[in-house]
Amino acid sequence: MTFWNKVIAITWKDWLSEMRTREVVSSVLVFTLLVILIFTLAFGADRELMTTVAPGILWATFAFAGVLSFSRSFVPEKEHGCLEGLMAAPISREVIYAGKGLSSLLFMLIVEAIALPAFAFFSNVPVLSPQIILVTFVTTVGFVAVGTLFSALSANTRAREMVLPVLFLPIVIPILISAIKVSELALTGEPWSNLFTWFQIIGAFDLVFLAVSYLVFDFVIVE
Amino acid sequence: MTAKQGPPSTPPAIRTEGLTKVFGSRMALRGINLEVQQGQSLVIFGPNGAGKTTLIKILATITNPSSGTFSVDGLDVKNHPEDVRRRIGIVTHQTFLYGNLTAYENLEFYSRMFDVPGRKERIHELAEQLGMTYRLHDRVATLSRGMQQRFSIARALLHKPSVMLLDEPETGLDQEALAILWKALPGENERKRTIILATHNLERGLELGDRLVILDRGKIVYDGLREVMDLRNLEEVYRNATGANN
Repeated sequence: MTFWNKVIAITWKDWLSEMRTREVVSSVLVFTLLVILIFTLAFGADRELMTTVAPGILWATFAFAGVLSFSRSFVPEKEHGCLEGLMAAPISREVIYAGKGLSSLLFMLIVEAIALPAFAFFSNVPVLSPQIILVTFVTTVGFVAVGTLFSALSANTRAREMVLPVLFLPIVIPILISAIKVSELALTGEPWSNLFTWFQIIGAFDLVFLAVSYLVFDFVIVE
Repeated sequence: MTAKQGPPSTPPAIRTEGLTKVFGSRMALRGINLEVQQGQSLVIFGPNGAGKTTLIKILATITNPSSGTFSVDGLDVKNHPEDVRRRIGIVTHQTFLYGNLTAYENLEFYSRMFDVPGRKERIHELAEQLGMTYRLHDRVATLSRGMQQRFSIARALLHKPSVMLLDEPETGLDQEALAILWKALPGENERKRTIILATHNLERGLELGDRLVILDRGKIVYDGLREVMDLRNLEEVYRNATGANN
């Protein structure tokens, strides 16, 4: 089987497991919707203020939703030693990284696909623009590139829930700021050309962290 | 003292050269040199913390040695890690099975990982062999510990490995499951399967092994053939080598 067939087999296994328990998607979705609801209730009355703070609310919510999602990513692998079972299989460690990363990307995109329209509905801010949808996708790829690596790293530690945000959030600051900027400019009706620089930063971040995480994953999961 | 047997032309099933493993300031393995011939059953005894599990994990490529290397069927693990893994099956006290998936889904997943041809037939064949066909489509989390361990044996045998690593497999296995495991171990291929068993159980080890090794504080302190040993002798050798009662 090729690299991608095995990656898809890992993702399919995670998807099947998630469909049985709905542990990740439902808990992250409830968290995301609650945060959105709280902020829109707090600022929603003032349309102008809401438009100003919307990008920050959106991306703070997605960043913390990512932390919540990644903190669960390697938990099933640690139960009953399944990660060791995977490591004993004739696949490269990169297959494990790509498979787990693809699962996390899928779960995050499902949450965001529900959260974005919900945010638009509650806040009455037009966040369903092509620019914001695209920046959500590329920023999530960056989140997943970093989050999957740190999720594997923190899975071996006792204080997993503490370690992951401490490692993850400082690293994703560059794409978090870029995503907020893109969203801000998109909401003020700026053309695509004015967003290009920020997209470039996010794209470069994604490429660098996908490559670095892919290369160092072996050292992270092997004791 | 090193015991060898088998034709010299074929590469040994496993050859380790100076394997060491350091955890922080603790040295778990101190230069392990072993040569296990094709079809040989090697039993590793040793007290807790002797390094048995660490050695099994290194041979299964689950963890890397701090220094030294090893080869399986003449294939060096550094240059051919995936070919080495393809030749190895492992059973430990952990099942390596996902609780939210059914036993069948677990076995199908692992057979995809190991590129097992005729997956469906192979899974049913093993389930039948283990007497577990009737629970094949139940979620693993709903199965008893003993049943999970039986499916764990099936998982390890899926790809017909030429080398089987067993780390304290008695844990969680009932007598029937143990009997099935011992029956399945010798191998389904023309070639006899090589077995490395780490255990505390001197009696069981003596029954299964044709070569016995005692590991203490990360070093091999005894290595000899089974044929010159009975249980009383082994107990004495074990006591003298490790300073511990089994």
